[in-house]
Amino acid sequence: MPQLSKDARHPVTLTLNGVEVSDYAEPRMLLSDFLTHTIGITSCHVGCEHGVCGACTVLIDGVVSRACLTFAVQADGTTVETAESLASDEGELSDLQKAFKKHHGLQCGYCTPGILMSLTAWLKENPKPTEEELRDMLSGHLCRCTGYVGMVKAVLDYCENREG
Amino acid sequence: MKPISFDYLKAGSTEEAVAALADGGDDARIIAGGMSLVPMLNFRLVEPSILIDISKIAGNNYIREDGGMVEVGCATRQAQLEKWDGLAEKLPLLAAAIPFIGHYQTRARGTVCGSLSHADPSSELPLSLATLGGEVVLTSKSGQRRLSADAFQTGMLSTAKRADEIVTAARYPVREKGAGYAFTEMAQRRGDFAIVALAGVATGSKIRLGIGGVADRPTVREWDVLDGSALDDALNEFAWDLGGYDDIHATARYRRELVRRLGKRVIEEAKSCRS
Repeated sequence: MPQLSKDARHPVTLTLNGVEVSDYAEPRMLLSDFLTHTIGITSCHVGCEHGVCGACTVLIDGVVSRACLTFAVQADGTTVETAESLASDEGELSDLQKAFKKHHGLQCGYCTPGILMSLTAWLKENPKPTEEELRDMLSGHLCRCTGYVGMVKAVLDYCENREG
Repeated sequence: MKPISFDYLKAGSTEEAVAALADGGDDARIIAGGMSLVPMLNFRLVEPSILIDISKIAGNNYIREDGGMVEVGCATRQAQLEKWDGLAEKLPLLAAAIPFIGHYQTRARGTVCGSLSHADPSSELPLSLATLGGEVVLTSKSGQRRLSADAFQTGMLSTAKRADEIVTAARYPVREKGAGYAFTEMAQRRGDFAIVALAGVATGSKIRLGIGGVADRPTVREWDVLDGSALDDALNEFAWDLGGYDDIHATARYRRELVRRLGKRVIEEAKSCRS
């Protein structure tokens, strides 16, 4: 691959939530900024911009990733999933989202998309987590509204009652 | 909170990466997982002329046994080692240590060799490498060399790696027969930087304790097997030798006390897991 010059914008193509999108980015552009300001999605929230808060968490080729610690040019050619992928095209919430709503797993909602994306990857590897395992995983996200209690209830309820 | 402008190269091979590193001079930086480097870029603590991305070099993504060592390539994520089938049997210390590294979300991207290169004095992977007596493989345009953990990490965030070298592999010694291993740490919150991190090894005749977060680098001491007050005295002397520092999270005195208390606990746990 050729070296990308800092002074130019370079083509970046992603499969974003099942749809191919293309635009241009300087090497220094963070994936979080590319998704928000260039592509125009609204779920990739930036809280701390140094990987601590987890609000910008997305899946890159299925791997849970901080979009604020990834450059757009690094993600060229990958598949990216954000919280927009969770509800159906008709706007019906996913079962996990419904559980969050039912158990008051969110208040302001700023941290929620990142948490939902972490859970999407993590619950595939850990389909029946204990509360302790779940809280350990949630330690990678900061939520200042809920105290995590509703969130934990929502995930455990979802895992207990989901089909398959 | 945005990095300065830099050139970017996604390297297709180690040869390409070391050539670019040699051309790039002192301001070229290697990126793999980016979990430590990108925060420093965002804060502009690091201002590189070029970032050379080695995370997609397929030949460097491996975990394999070689001559009594488990060798981990520089594109291998911490989560891959965490999920490696042989981990509990071959590297029981790492099986205990890895869950303390950052969070699930950062282990998914952060690499083993990246953490060693970053050389944070409180990090789990450098501490484990030092305690087990492992080594790193350094590759440059002019060839390869190996350095012991002790010779590699020279201080806080500093190593003996030259500007034209990449840490291309980490080599962790396989479990010693009959030995027991234990790891713990104290942090303010789950996944925070450790105030003190402790790695213990016990064999039939020796006990060894590695401490992170107190001195400017992981520090290891070995004794003949000790118990009771003799162990307390040895740990007390070790704690004073480490010194420690005051910061916003803890005083040096508190750190030394953790070395005494948790040091004893870790050594007792390592003894009890001897097989």
